[in-house]
Amino acid sequence: MQNDTALPIQISGLTKQYGDLYALNRVDLTVKSGEFLTLLGPSGSGKTTLLMAIAGFNRPDCGSIRFGDTEMILTPPHRRDVGMVFQSYALFPHMTVAENIGFPLKLRKVPPAVRTKKIEDALETVQLSGLGHRNIDQLSGGQRQRVALARAFVFAPRILLMDEPLSALDKKLRERMQIELKQLHRKLGVTTVYVTHDQREALTMSDRIAVINHGELIQVDNPEGIYNAPANEFVADFIGESTILPLQQSNGSLYYESQVVCPTPETNSSTYSLVIRPERLSLQKPDNADLLVFNGTVKESVYQGETVFVLITLDDSNEISVRYGTNAVSSTSQLEPDTRVDTFLRLSDVIVIPGTGQ
Amino acid sequence: MNWLSKPASDTQITHSNRLWLYLLAAVIMLLLVIPTFIVVPMSFSDAQYLEFPPEKWSLRWYQEYFGSVKWMRATSTSLKVGLLTMLVATPLGTMAAYALFVSGHRIARALFVVLITPMIVPVILIAIGAFYVYGRTGLNNSIIGLVLAHTAMATPLVMIVITASLRSYDLNQELVARSLGANRFTAFMSITLPQIKFSVITAALLSFLTSFDEVIISIFVSGGVNATLTKHMFAALRDYIDPTIAAISTIMVFISTLLLLIVQWIGSRQKS
Amino acid sequence: MTVVADNTATNANALIRQRRREEWSVLSLAIPAALIIAFVVLLPVGWLFYLSFIGDDGQGTLEHYRKMIEYKSYYRVFITTFKVSILTTLICLALGYPLAYFLAQLPPRWAGFFMLAVLLPFWTSLLVRTYAWLVLLQRKGLLNEFAIDIGLWETPVKLVHNLTGTLIGMAHIMLPFLVLPLYNAMKKIDRDLMHAAANLGARPINAFWQIYFPLTMPGLVAGSLIVFVLCLGFYVTPAVLGGGRVVMVSTQITSILENQFNWGAASSLGVVLLVATIAVLFIAGRVFKLESALFGKG
Repeated sequence: MQNDTALPIQISGLTKQYGDLYALNRVDLTVKSGEFLTLLGPSGSGKTTLLMAIAGFNRPDCGSIRFGDTEMILTPPHRRDVGMVFQSYALFPHMTVAENIGFPLKLRKVPPAVRTKKIEDALETVQLSGLGHRNIDQLSGGQRQRVALARAFVFAPRILLMDEPLSALDKKLRERMQIELKQLHRKLGVTTVYVTHDQREALTMSDRIAVINHGELIQVDNPEGIYNAPANEFVADFIGESTILPLQQSNGSLYYESQVVCPTPETNSSTYSLVIRPERLSLQKPDNADLLVFNGTVKESVYQGETVFVLITLDDSNEISVRYGTNAVSSTSQLEPDTRVDTFLRLSDVIVIPGTGQ
Repeated sequence: MNWLSKPASDTQITHSNRLWLYLLAAVIMLLLVIPTFIVVPMSFSDAQYLEFPPEKWSLRWYQEYFGSVKWMRATSTSLKVGLLTMLVATPLGTMAAYALFVSGHRIARALFVVLITPMIVPVILIAIGAFYVYGRTGLNNSIIGLVLAHTAMATPLVMIVITASLRSYDLNQELVARSLGANRFTAFMSITLPQIKFSVITAALLSFLTSFDEVIISIFVSGGVNATLTKHMFAALRDYIDPTIAAISTIMVFISTLLLLIVQWIGSRQKS
Repeated sequence: MTVVADNTATNANALIRQRRREEWSVLSLAIPAALIIAFVVLLPVGWLFYLSFIGDDGQGTLEHYRKMIEYKSYYRVFITTFKVSILTTLICLALGYPLAYFLAQLPPRWAGFFMLAVLLPFWTSLLVRTYAWLVLLQRKGLLNEFAIDIGLWETPVKLVHNLTGTLIGMAHIMLPFLVLPLYNAMKKIDRDLMHAAANLGARPINAFWQIYFPLTMPGLVAGSLIVFVLCLGFYVTPAVLGGGRVVMVSTQITSILENQFNWGAASSLGVVLLVATIAVLFIAGRVFKLESALFGKG
């Protein structure tokens, strides 16, 4: 069921200043119709400001926000027809579950019979059938989350906004809700903007991720693109684990410790760094591949169930972190501190970013 | 181990070491409560002069009170003014508290200062000032003048009560309501107000009592047929002691105790 | 970086206009209450301020203020006012601190019950309570009889229509104003702090003075300040229980108006009273956040 009324969001030149500080700095962003886009950034990066601007609760200094072809920036929040889920859920405690979900329908003067039907459908969608008569304080955290969600989409909004909706849940429930939210999104097909500071959540759920920091958009791409080709050190560091090592330049190529990494990219940066994802390093030498080799001694190794996390001091005194699947470790003794160890990285797994990585 | 030797404090002082505190607190509490309730037995005394305990019981001071045109008229004025003050101060104080709570504008600071002046300016000054200004605007001895003055006195109290309840309330609920299609007014009326209603009721009772018990302004700006109960009582206290006061006082104690218990009951319901 | 959003930028002007409109629509909610207060409090007080500089001949003058310095009787009124206010505050502190401490240590259910002892007087008309003290304290009143019965003194002591009566009555009326903020401050103290103090080896008495007491200071100051400031302008109780012998600024203002109908003199006294009140609040406000004690802001 694709939502025909899903609308693209077109944001351009959106700026919001607090004193000398830019909460948003000329942000240009297009959210495609029916897309699940995540705004990812550390706290204070401007991601919530951007979401609140789309919802109409935060008035920017200038810029444009279009839903489809319509300029919405001056439209008050209650006429934007945008469903919103807050971090605190903000369920109305003086109303039952059904009354909460029926609230937007009542405001739209939906006749009672239709309203009841829609509330039931919404409850079924979030797997809460039969709980309509409950009071809010009788619900668990996960159930509250679902009610907040149902309330936000029951009136078939053209756009759905979510501000860290899962951050109050415990880890297990959060992971299950991530999958459920994604399924729900597929079912409703509504354009969704999702805010989180949790990079794993962003990678799990999004069609595309917009990484934001200091009020500026840094990179917008799908999860693979963000993970495999981070635009700069901030993205490389913020999304996934990574070790960043400086590279040397010579004769049109980039070197690490006299090993050729790749040809110098054609950008206007003068320095480059190597980004290494810990799980891409391997302990055994892979066959038939061009490799980078890192020699060093184990500083610390930590058993973490499915993986072993190892900190290695390289011979050039840089530190590198490595994550091995536990089945790849032949014997744990070789990971004792002060053991000599060689690790290998396929050249195809090499990520190069501009900057020194300092 | 009996109760006395059990630890009573976080620093493990025992109850027996604390007896002095319990005794002292009991005496202070008695000193607080007795003068509040002593008027009750006094009002049922038969004596012309104040005496306690009364030698002979009677209802004559109640008959005196209910039979007196002066007292009845004053009571009706006080009730009227109290109710009107409640009806004006509660919404206006709530609106003001909400505005100052939501707005971050610097004018809100200035308005805040204006709105708490009735708590800062000595009441005697407000009383003679209002008397002077009312004298020029023909508001002296009028119900409306009293209501305006008492509203000014009650508004800061309403604001304190409402602000406190707004602080323990998740204002995001209003944002949600607005995103769901409610304008600001609808959002407040359908989401915020039902949840702070107990505080609004408390504020209303408090503003009624503020007006009903108010003495000083009433002494100056009320008079004639619109003299308040407190004005007559004050005159009676200062000039000669009339035991009718004991009967009236008993009724007033009854009213305020009732209102307090309602508020306490509301408070306990609000928590649950 | 002082690039304020460029006015030619997309929608900038419309957004600024909309912000102003919305800010004002919120602020306007406070306007009716502010107008009433302006009419009943600010305008009259301003007028009195003006009157205090107008002489009997209608000319501008400082004579009313000069009189206050020259005449001993005025001087005495201010001394009395401050003396009564300070003494009342001290009595309230001495009685209020142990009471608040007692209440704060009780389990919530009991605290709620005993709290009624503070709240009942608080909600009862001060006129009624003043009247009750008048009865209790008179020559043949309950207190005198009780004291003679248990042999405290032999002949009735004059307890009312003097400073003693005024102080007793005022302390009774003011006590809740001290106890309530103090109690709130005490309830906010993290109990683990006292556990920690005991655990670190502090004797109970040391834990109290070094940890607990300093933490109750904000409530203590807020409460004392409220009491002191209310005392400065207090009228009813000194007028009734003082029986004309305890002349405070407020009673003096009334008698000037009643006897001489001299608005200039009465206003000037009022202005000085107001200035004194604001000065006390201002000085205390610089040191402590009074607003936060009342409205929980800041």
